[in-house]
Parts: sequence; structure tokens; C-alpha cells
Amino acid sequence: MNRYQKIQLSERKYYIIGFIVLVVLLYIIRLFYLQIITDEYKVYAQINAFEFLTEYPPRGYIYDRNGKLLVMNEPSYDLMVVPKEAKGCDTMALCDILQITKEEFIKRMTKLSLPPNSPRKQGIFEKQLSVKTYAALQEKMYRLKGFYVQVRSIRKYPKPIAAHALGYVGEVSKEKAEKDPYYKEGDYIGISGIEYSYEKYLRGKKGTRIIIKDVHNREVGRFMDGKYDTLAIPGKPLYSSIDAELQEYGEYLMQNKKGSIVAIEPSTGEILCLVSSPTYDPNMLVGGKERNKNFARLYADTINVPLFNRATQAMYPPGSTFKLIDALIGQKDGVLFPNTRYPCARGYPPMGGKPKCHPHPSPPDLEMSIQYSCNSYYSYVFKSIVENYKLWGNFENAYQHWREAVMSFGIGKKLNYDIPFEKPGNVPTIQYYNKVFGKNRWFASTVISLGIGQAELTAVPIQLANVMCIIANRGFYYTPHIIKGIGHEKYLDSTFKVKHYTYVTEREYYERVVNAMEKVVEAGTATLAKIKDIKICGKTGTAQNPHGKDHALFFAFAPKDDPKIAISVIVENSGYGGVWAAPIASLMIEKYLKRKITRPDLEKRMVEANLIKANIDYIKSGMPDKKKNITYKKRKRKQ
Amino acid sequence: MRTSEESPFANIDWITVGIYVVLVIMGWLNIYAAVYDEQHQSIFDISQKYGKQMIWILTAFILAFIILVIEADFYTVFAYAFYIFFLVLNLAVPFLGKEIKGSKSWFRIGDVGIQPAEFMKFATNLALAKFLSNQNLSVISTKRYKTLSDYIEMYKNTIVTFIIIGVPMIIILVLQNETGLALTFTAFIITLYREGLSVNYIILGFMAVLLFILSLLIPQYYFYIAFGIFFALWFYFGKHSFKIFFTKLAYVAAASVFVFSSNYLYSKLQPHQRGRIDVLLGRGEINLKKEGYNVHQSKIAIGSGGLFGKGYLKGTQTKYNFVPEQDTDFIFCTVGEEWGFVGSTLVLVLFAFLIIRIILLAERQRSEFSRIYGYGVASILFFHLVINIGMTIGVLPVIGIPLPFFSYGGSSLWEFTILLFIFLKLDAHRLYILR
Repeated sequence: MNRYQKIQLSERKYYIIGFIVLVVLLYIIRLFYLQIITDEYKVYAQINAFEFLTEYPPRGYIYDRNGKLLVMNEPSYDLMVVPKEAKGCDTMALCDILQITKEEFIKRMTKLSLPPNSPRKQGIFEKQLSVKTYAALQEKMYRLKGFYVQVRSIRKYPKPIAAHALGYVGEVSKEKAEKDPYYKEGDYIGISGIEYSYEKYLRGKKGTRIIIKDVHNREVGRFMDGKYDTLAIPGKPLYSSIDAELQEYGEYLMQNKKGSIVAIEPSTGEILCLVSSPTYDPNMLVGGKERNKNFARLYADTINVPLFNRATQAMYPPGSTFKLIDALIGQKDGVLFPNTRYPCARGYPPMGGKPKCHPHPSPPDLEMSIQYSCNSYYSYVFKSIVENYKLWGNFENAYQHWREAVMSFGIGKKLNYDIPFEKPGNVPTIQYYNKVFGKNRWFASTVISLGIGQAELTAVPIQLANVMCIIANRGFYYTPHIIKGIGHEKYLDSTFKVKHYTYVTEREYYERVVNAMEKVVEAGTATLAKIKDIKICGKTGTAQNPHGKDHALFFAFAPKDDPKIAISVIVENSGYGGVWAAPIASLMIEKYLKRKITRPDLEKRMVEANLIKANIDYIKSGMPDKKKNITYKKRKRKQ
Repeated sequence: MRTSEESPFANIDWITVGIYVVLVIMGWLNIYAAVYDEQHQSIFDISQKYGKQMIWILTAFILAFIILVIEADFYTVFAYAFYIFFLVLNLAVPFLGKEIKGSKSWFRIGDVGIQPAEFMKFATNLALAKFLSNQNLSVISTKRYKTLSDYIEMYKNTIVTFIIIGVPMIIILVLQNETGLALTFTAFIITLYREGLSVNYIILGFMAVLLFILSLLIPQYYFYIAFGIFFALWFYFGKHSFKIFFTKLAYVAAASVFVFSSNYLYSKLQPHQRGRIDVLLGRGEINLKKEGYNVHQSKIAIGSGGLFGKGYLKGTQTKYNFVPEQDTDFIFCTVGEEWGFVGSTLVLVLFAFLIIRIILLAERQRSEFSRIYGYGVASILFFHLVINIGMTIGVLPVIGIPLPFFSYGGSSLWEFTILLFIFLKLDAHRLYILR
């Protein structure tokens, strides 16, 4: 063998060593990229190994004004399964208990095994087992490998009352979950009522537990022994201003009737009861599965519309009640005095007896006009306010002044109370009438029925109760609120402690109106509301309803000199106002002030009346008295 | 010749022994970390892999000791005997052994598994060294031979060489279905290069691999167009003679046929192998839950290590089994995650140092047998290092071969110990070889 050649070949070791060094260097560069330069894999590692588990705090309880429990939490049982561990379990027994078919069982298991679920991860097999199912399952549990029951907490209402005021809790909507980072899909959130308004306090604060997972998504430990975990902070208890007893009694009286009762404590603005009838058992709308079913049922009930909160959302023309506001504004503007008399010829004379009126002594003075609810009188008063050129120069300015004065009584605008989805009612604007009639082509006589609370003027029951508060307080109101205090320290937002003064603040103007209101109950249109040794001041009203019998309205506060309660009662389709609305208001006042009922006969008649059915019968019979237009109008303008 | 008074440990290269011990201990520490859980912490717990590996390590040390005690001539004399013995053993495994996950390469003795294919490497290395050192002419030399008999002998040598390497390779690939282990025999190309294999063949091999990869990424007709243009230019600017024309045409035609057949070859691979190649080349949709899982998780583990790593026993990815095979083929993930860039680089440098050291030791041998054997050791170690770490960092397809001294498993640890210490014994003996 050639020695020269061997030496030549031995030089190849440099190429070999060079190649080795080159490859190792390339690998080191690659490692440098993976480990130092890019962060991508560090993020992946986090996702891989850590799971941020949410700890749900218990939702705050809700109490009534006397500390009675209105809303609490209750455990709910979800049947969970780890599909991979469920091999060889007693499928038949399970299907039997849950009353599902085998196909359904297989379908659910398959769904829980596929991404984003995993055969090794637990998933919800059945939500919210009934107590019966839960008990049956417990017996068979030893044969159901891989299944277990997880306890969650849902709302529970010890008494089935105040559904509209309390509202309900449900799963957060997708849009909300996307907008608000606090919520994740599947979380519970207050959807209406107090649950909605005070969600921030009731929900508490979610905690986070960081766990370490292995490749099978199983929990293997806590990150840093829980050093970075945060505890869930329980929701704050709420003290509602609602009086549970009064609320319950109101719902009791309003059964089989449509309408609402709103009672407010004038000296604080606290809502004592908020009845909207027909109502529903709030226990129907808890949790997931049952809730959806019940919700669909309630939602589909277009005759009773039980989900509709009439107390805050139904808009009615305030009718005769509005005359009180006219009287106050008229006095303030210096166009109405106690001894001012206007003629009434069964109607408003300047316009040929329209609006019409009913028989009563004529011409009435201020007090009598309220007592007998004279339509003609308040047409004059309204005209004198909006044609007060001396003060306002022209009609538009005067009308604008009237509108603002009315709105200062909390009508036609949002009061910003703490019940969601509030409706403002309506006091028509100049622009509106300009559009309808043309600019400068409408006058006091054109819109004269505004003066008696008709035409486009509307208000919601809670606003009318608030008007009663204003009169009871002689000139101011507190924003109505359904909350007494948040947490055990009973914190109350300062906006609820502000006195809102109306356009009329002079006590003497109010006293005249209040005296007249007392007479309404004593010897006027609402004598059925009279109670021994409680001085009730009230005012009846009627709201037109072309679809059936008219709605009866009654508003009152009591006692006269130290008002404790202001109330608005609206009974739809009850026909004659003083017969239904006034007694109910009176019973409510008695209940609240005396805590006992002295007129069981009256109570019995109110409770037993089924006005929903009566109205259906009335419509079926062809609404006889509405066909005779004259009688209809007469009835309407009465009171 | 060696006198009987001398210790069998005289002239041993202790530096290499030192690196070996360091690597083995680091390997064990990483297996411990990969398998570690709070319940089993005793290092001798036989129910755990690190306990078993501890036993393998101790037995490997004993094995090393025995190898050093035995006369160096023993390995030279019985080189073929070793080769035949393990060849027979490997032939027998598929019929006598136990099938594990589709591979028929394991003997089970009680709780212990032995993979004869591992030992085939050192046996083949011995046989190759023996055969090449006995020849007058090197294999496929660059030298132009003078006589026809020289040519005949050269081709005969070449054929025998490829039989020595190829037979165990085919047995392991076809009968035992161990693609990774079979591929390790291609490492001998480095030995052959050192012993005179023309560099043209290596370049040809690289070209083939490159064309194969490109043919999977680029539509075929691009190649034919490129080849056509290339051929035209080559012909136009080159010498004009018929012989050269046909030679050039033959080259281009061969390349075209190769490209044409590469897709067919690819389609004949097993699905998981295709998947691994797809993952590496980023072909098509890669499902990170399936074929892409290993490499993705491996990169996550290593990538999340950062500069200094998460600390020993603190790696979340390895500790909670996100990386499959993390105590065997993917043991480097544990190094990357817990020891970071610094630790991984250190391991790479240690290996490089060991391999280069072996090459330098091989170069100082007086006997061709020792040198060729030494190159074989370096080649095999280097091949394992490149393939194993290359797959964990996502630059090579997943090929299931262990990282020498690190990966869990008795067979591979024993194999690398035997491989290395036979060479150390030969090296210690070098001064007694007469030139």
C-alpha cells in the first residue's frame, strides 16, 4: 500500500472534524433560537401545563326591609362524567333514572369525548337534577363508574313573591361575555330587577386557582402551592326596601287581575311594594334547564304577559290624577286661586261641551273641582296656564313652561331609579305638535285634553306613585329606590338621598290640594277607600282602553299629616275605577299601617274577583256600552 | 508485546473515560427528572425507571471493567465471531422474541428486555475494521488502479464491505421493523470516507436527499423544466463530443427518474413515517394532536427552558408527561427544559468533544484495525447525536434512536459502553503494535 496515499487520506480527518463542529454549531444556533429568541414556546408551555380555574363566590342574599329573607342560594346537582372512566358502567340503570334513550346516552357521551371536551376530562352529563332524580341516582351511584354529582349554587326564593322586583339570574349572553372581561360564557348574571341593577355587588368577586395539569388534563398539583391563587369574595347581601308582607298581600289582592300596585315611603323614596300582576313564581326561573323551559312558557303567554313589569313599563294616560298637577302649577303661576270658579255645562263650554263632564254642582271652586274631578274646570286651568302671555310672551313659551313644570313632577322622563328597563312616559313636545298640526297652527284648545291627563300624555305607575310622594311631601321627592342598603353596613348611593324639588314648592298650594284629596275619600269618588282613624288622601282616575273595559286608577297617600305610604293602584279592565282600585289601595294602606285588616268582606270581594275572565267575557259579548259612544265618553270623563 | 507485570489499565485514555462517566451520570439525572414524581423518590426504587437505569449503569461499569481486563487481541481475533454471533441472534429475534409496538426486536428475560440490534453496531464495527484492515486496497478509492486485477479486487472489497454493513441493516429493517436502528448503519459512511471512499459518492448522496426533499415540496414538472434548461446550458457551453453528451444525458435522465420515483417511494413509506417527514417539511395540514404532537411538544419543552432552564426537577412539560418518550428518545427535552440553553449547549459540546477526541485517538493508532474501529465508534456516536437531537429541536424527522449514554434503556447503554471501551482498550494497547 502506498504510504503517500495513506497520508493524503489521513487529511480527511480535518473535514470530518470540521463537519462535526459545523453540525454542533448549527444545533447550538437552533437551540439559541428556540430557547432565547422566540417566546412562542414559553407561551405554549403555559397553556399546556397551567389551568386557571375559576372559583365562584356565593351570590349575595337579598332581604326585605325588615330583614326577612327574600332570595337565598340553594345547591343544585349536576351529573358529571369522565367519559374514559365510564367504561362498563350500568348504562341501562342510568338511562332509566334520567329517562333518556340509549341513543341519547351515546350521543351525549360522544359529545363529551370530542374536543373541546376530552375523554379524560369531566363534563356535564345532565344539568340540575331534581331532588328525586338525585336521590335515585345516589342509590345506583356505585354502579355508575366514572359518574359523579357536582354541586353548584342557584337562586332560591323562600316565598314566591316579588318576581318582577327581584328579577332573575341566568347565563350571561354571548355579547355581554365578549364585552365584559369579568364574564365567561356559562357564567351566571342578573338579567332583570334587583339582580340586574345590583349585579356588581351581588356577584362578589371570582377567585382564581392555578393548577398544574399533566398531559391527560388531570390536576396534579397547585402552582407554587397556591401562592398566586386569589380567593373568591362572596357577594354582598342586599337589604331591599320591599316590605315582604305588603308585597305578598298586594299580590294576593291582585290575583286574577291585570295591573300593578306601587307603594313608596314618601319620606325616603323607598319602594315598599312593587306588584305587577299577573306574576309568576320566581323559583321557576332559576338555573339552566328548567329555567329555559319555564321562560319559554312565560314568554309565550301573550294574554297574561307575566314577564312584563307593569309597574315600571306599562304606560297609561294619568287621567284625572293629572288634575292635581294642573291645580298646583296653576296656583304657582298665579292663574288659579282657591276661590276661582269655572262653569261646567256637562262639558267645557268654550268648545261646545268638549271635553265632556259628568253631573256635579257647578260652578265648582278649586277644592270642589278636585273632589268632583271636573273636566271643564281643568280645561280652563290648562288654558290659563298655557295662555299666560303676560308671563311667557307667547303660546310656545308658555306651553314649554307647562311641559317643564309637569316634568318636574317626574312624569315624561326617566327617574333613574334602580329597577332596570324603566319607561319614561310622555309629555308631548312642541316639536311633536308642530309636526302633527304645523307650526303656529295649534293652540290651547287644540290640545285641551292634556289638561285632564288624556291625549298623548302618559305615565307609568311608579311615576304616579312618585307624584303622590311629592304631594305627601308637599313639594319634593326622593328618587324611588328598591334598595335600603348594600351589605351589612347598609350603604346607600347618595343619589337616593337627594331631594328633588318640583316647580311648585309652596306648602299652602299643596295643602289646598291635599284637603281636596281627603274629601275625595271622605265624600267624593272614592268613598270605598275610607278607613276608620286613617286619613287617606286620594284621587281616582280612568285610563281609556279601546280594547276592552277601561283601566281603573287610584292614587293615594296616608296618613294625611304624617304620610307613611304613597300608593298607586291600577287595575286594568276593571271598568269602574272607584270600585276596584280604591278599595285595593285602601286595604294595602291598612295592611301597611295597621298590619291587620278590619274589612274582611271588602278583602274577600277584591280577592275573589276574576277581572281577567270578566274582561274576556265582556269582549266576547261585543263590548255593549262602548258601542253607545255617548255613555262611553261620559264614563270616561267621570271622576 | 505487553509484559505480564503491567496493569491492564495502563495507557487508558482517562479523559475519554471521564467524559463517559459525566455523560452517563447526567443522563441518569435527567431520567430521574423525567420520571420523577413525589411518591417515588428513592434512587434505587426498582419499580421506577431511574432505579432500573441505576442498575444498568452499575452493570455497564462492570462491563467496561471486564472489557478493559480482557486482552486487546481478543477483539481483533474474534471480530468475525462477534459479528456472526449477533447476526444469528438478530435473525432469531423476530421468531423467538416478543413483539412490542410492532417492532420484533426484543428478547424478554423476566422483567428485562434486551435488544440485540443495539449490539449489532459494535459487532459490525469490529467486522468492518477487521475486513478493511486486512485489505491491500482501500474501498472505492480515489486512486486510479493500474491493473485489471486491482480493479477486480477493489470491487470485490466494495461488495464485501457493503455486505458487512448491509446484511444487519436489512435484517433489522425488514425482519425487526426497526427503521431507526437500521439507519444507524449508514453512519459507517464516515468511516468509509476516511478509508478512501470517493467524496463524489457522498456528494451524490447529499444531492439525492436534497432532490428527494425538494421533490416533495415542489411540483414535479418544475424539475423537468429545470433539468432541461440545465442540460441545454451544460451542453451548449461544455465540450462537444458524443461521449460527453451521452454521459450528461445519462446524469440528467437519472436525476429525472429519481425525482419521478421519489414520490412513489414516499407513498410506499409507512403512514407514520410520511407524517414525520410532512411535519418536518411543513407539508399540508399538520395535526398537532397527532403526527405533529411529538415534535411540537418537544419544541415546547426545550423552548420554554430559556437561558438557564427552569431548574432541576422543575420542568412542567417533562414532569407531567407532555412529551412522549421523554425518558428514552426525547430525553434531550428534559435537558432543554430544566437546564436551559446553557445546559443543552454544554451537553452538545461534551458530545462533540468526546467524538472529536475519539477521532484524534483513532488517528494516532498504529494498527489499521484500531483506527477503523475508532472511526466507527465516532461515526455511530455522531450519527446518534445528530439524528436524536435534530429531531427534538425539529430540524430532522422523528427517527426513534436513543441519545447515547442519556436515554433510558439497558441495551443501548451497554452497547455504547462496549463500543467505546473496546476502542479504549485497543487504544491503550496501541504502543504494543508493531508497525
